[in-house]
Amino acid sequence: MTDALDVTLMINGERRALRVAPFETLLTSLRDRLGLTAAKRGCNQGVCGACSVLIDGRPARACLSVTANCVDQEITTVEGLSAPLELSPLQDAMVRAGAIQCGFCTPGMLIALTALLHESPHPTRDDIRTAISSNICRCTGYQKIVEAVADMLDASAA
Amino acid sequence: MNAVHTAVGHSFERLDAAEKVTGEARYVDDLYRPGMLHGAVLGSTHAHARIRAYSLEAAFTIPGVAAIVTGEDFQVPRAGAFCKDEVPLARGKTIYLGEPVAAIAANDPEIAWRAARAIEINYEPLPSVLSIDEALAGDAPLVHEDLAKYVKIAPSFSQGNVLWQCRVEEGDIGSAWAQCDVVVEDVFETAAQHHMYMEPCGALAEVDRSGRLTIWSSCQSVHLVQQRVAESLAIPMGRIRALAPKIGGGFGGKGGLHVQHLAAALALKTGRPVKMVLSRVEDFEMVRSRHPARIVMKTGARRDGKLFAREASILLDGGAYADESPAVLSFAVLMARGPYRIAHLRSRGSVVYTNKLKASAFRGFGNPQVTFAGESQIDQIAKKLGIHPVELRLLNAVDAGDRWAGGQTLPACGLRECLTRLRGAVEAAPPLPSAAPQRHRGIGYSAFSHISGLLSTACNIYLRSDGSVAVNTGVVDIGQGSDTVLTQICADALMLTPDRISFASPDSDSSPWNWKTAASRVTYMAGRVVLAASIEVRDKILRQAAEIMECAVEDLEIRPGGVVGLKGVGGQSIGFGQIASHAISRLGGPIMGASSLLFDGERMDPKRALVEGFAFGNIGAYTFGAQAVEAEVDEVTGAVRVLRVWSAHDVGRAINPRMVEGQIQGGFVQGMGYALTEEMQWDESGRLTNPTLMDYKVPTALDAPLEINPIIVEHAEPSGPFGAKGVGEPGLIGAAASIGNAIANATRKRVYRLPMTPERVLDALIGKSG
Repeated sequence: MTDALDVTLMINGERRALRVAPFETLLTSLRDRLGLTAAKRGCNQGVCGACSVLIDGRPARACLSVTANCVDQEITTVEGLSAPLELSPLQDAMVRAGAIQCGFCTPGMLIALTALLHESPHPTRDDIRTAISSNICRCTGYQKIVEAVADMLDASAA
Repeated sequence: MNAVHTAVGHSFERLDAAEKVTGEARYVDDLYRPGMLHGAVLGSTHAHARIRAYSLEAAFTIPGVAAIVTGEDFQVPRAGAFCKDEVPLARGKTIYLGEPVAAIAANDPEIAWRAARAIEINYEPLPSVLSIDEALAGDAPLVHEDLAKYVKIAPSFSQGNVLWQCRVEEGDIGSAWAQCDVVVEDVFETAAQHHMYMEPCGALAEVDRSGRLTIWSSCQSVHLVQQRVAESLAIPMGRIRALAPKIGGGFGGKGGLHVQHLAAALALKTGRPVKMVLSRVEDFEMVRSRHPARIVMKTGARRDGKLFAREASILLDGGAYADESPAVLSFAVLMARGPYRIAHLRSRGSVVYTNKLKASAFRGFGNPQVTFAGESQIDQIAKKLGIHPVELRLLNAVDAGDRWAGGQTLPACGLRECLTRLRGAVEAAPPLPSAAPQRHRGIGYSAFSHISGLLSTACNIYLRSDGSVAVNTGVVDIGQGSDTVLTQICADALMLTPDRISFASPDSDSSPWNWKTAASRVTYMAGRVVLAASIEVRDKILRQAAEIMECAVEDLEIRPGGVVGLKGVGGQSIGFGQIASHAISRLGGPIMGASSLLFDGERMDPKRALVEGFAFGNIGAYTFGAQAVEAEVDEVTGAVRVLRVWSAHDVGRAINPRMVEGQIQGGFVQGMGYALTEEMQWDESGRLTNPTLMDYKVPTALDAPLEINPIIVEHAEPSGPFGAKGVGEPGLIGAAASIGNAIANATRKRVYRLPMTPERVLDALIGKSG
């Protein structure tokens, strides 16, 4: 790594310094250098959504994001969505609705849904389906993922 | 939430849900070992070519390369589950484009990938066969010249490029047609579907000083990984320990080896841990697919709607290696009759080798192909006779006590209830807002059957000194939730809450044999051994308690929460912990239960049916289902949109109803992809043209129907745990047929080829043959 760059990233509210190759992707940095393996390498081509993270609050593909470009941005991974030994209301809703099977898409789904709820706290079912439409799930048929969010919102409205 | 004692029938949350929503769940690519190398595979660039020479120098000059293996490194016998035709890496010649020809280990994944591509291979191209017709042509080049010499586990009727042939015949098909009032005959074609589990295939192999391997891999059975790596590399099984981390889906695609043997070979060569994870493109090109099929189906009925005769001629494209093709073919042949009383049946099939990726097990296992053909014809007959498609199915549906093709008696069957409840649900559904003028709506139906009893499995259970229970089955939960369901079965038998039960992670060193997570068999097969072993533990607890309490076993009862007490006497009780401690230190030794099982259902009856070329032994515990799809066809674009689905399944007993629903919904959407968009396509050179998710289209949340309404029917299977049978595959099996029938119902045109793309639908609408 002759051209290695020293960068400092802000990940889940913590400063992390690391040395990276100029074109290293954020997914490689998170997984192989920082041990943050929640984001998954499902296709490495930006299609499946399993590697999604929040960059400044917006969902992004970590496999298409270059780490060196992420300096000064707030990066949130699924490891940062809840305090240790706790679940966020969204995570809890996914568990309760049976929205999880193999779990490989789940981190990306949570990122997409977190971004949706941040932007639009009262989404319709169509909004939910649209929000997760660039995240592939091969197990659930999506219905219980949509229901998880809808049920959570219904419960909080009641 | 998970706090009831009668665990069976409750929708417990899955045991690993919290680790999956927090990202803590570890899949194979999330594992890192000290000193670990990274592996990469090189795929061949020809569909069929002799390998003249390898040149490894350029690859070895790249800093960081630790080892390279090629086919020359494996002078081992050919291996395989049904026909021993496979080598770890192409040897002598390559027989499909993308076939692994070399593997490499290096310090870094990128170096490994680059170095693999620096390997030079001198190929002499050979003529190839890329379709069923090319493979069957008189002068076709042979994919396997030595097929006749290969070891096979059953009579195969192989010849030329025909790997296996199989048939089932009953009644007198020759004279039956003349007695039919209506006969339909058509050719149906289906495509290669990719499993597209979200987690690409991968393995991590580590070797200790004694030369013993530990292999973590994305798999459907640790025992098969152990057995097949041993066979593939010709090393003893005892030198391999296979483990399973979390598995990101399988659907059949991870039921055999992918890269476990290659990672193992590189670990043995370097003495260091080697992690090898396929890229998505490599996973498409190198692992396995569903069999493309061409099926000539003929069905005849009497005027009153009684089905009378069916003949199916099934051709499967098996690709370059046998893998599970013989079993897939056998199952397709067996299921072609459909779940109906049809007196005269001739079902025959062949699977042929071609110079393409091997086809193998995939959710449904040959059944979706024949169900697409057969259920399309049931609707054609219904239309010709003017009988409602559900009514025609009810007129002919099998019942408990009837026999399946081949002569096995069905001990339980809820097909009629599936059909009647399905019809009721469709009739009760509020109509949708009307469609746009160029869009036509229709409802299509299908009925189908599957199995859940097959091969063997085992379980042991141990009562700890604190009264908690250790369950060990060797079953790999590939995401469907079997750890939770099997825990519920044990919990119910011992009247414990699931938090008192630990479910062992599968480990070939310590877990008893289990064939694999496949064939919708885990709830039924593993559930049976978990229940039997739990009952043995329960009986031993009662005997031990009787010793301690100085009373008769008959006077004691197990109470909720791990307590034994005197019947009818509230206060008198002792806990499981005290009982286990007594057994461990004073009397009798640790309390354990064990059970092992080979599927023991009624066998095929040679007096009733002619059966030839069947690749597996006894199968059964038949399950039943019926499905309705409301779809909309755009007459301008040919696009089909599935709007609503009702899917009724006889599961015997739903151990965890919400998980049953999840299987039905997820199975349907995967089947919808099979029906409408998914098709692996090869060009004339044998190259897969769409090995990415950009070009191979699986359904997204916006493609999935607005509602998939599961209807759970429970006709208890006498041999099943609490009456349960499997439901892993059935949600998919009828999908293509139901959608095809909905298109026909909406447009009066039928599409005979999968996937039913807009082009093919438009061709059907304007009268060009599909």
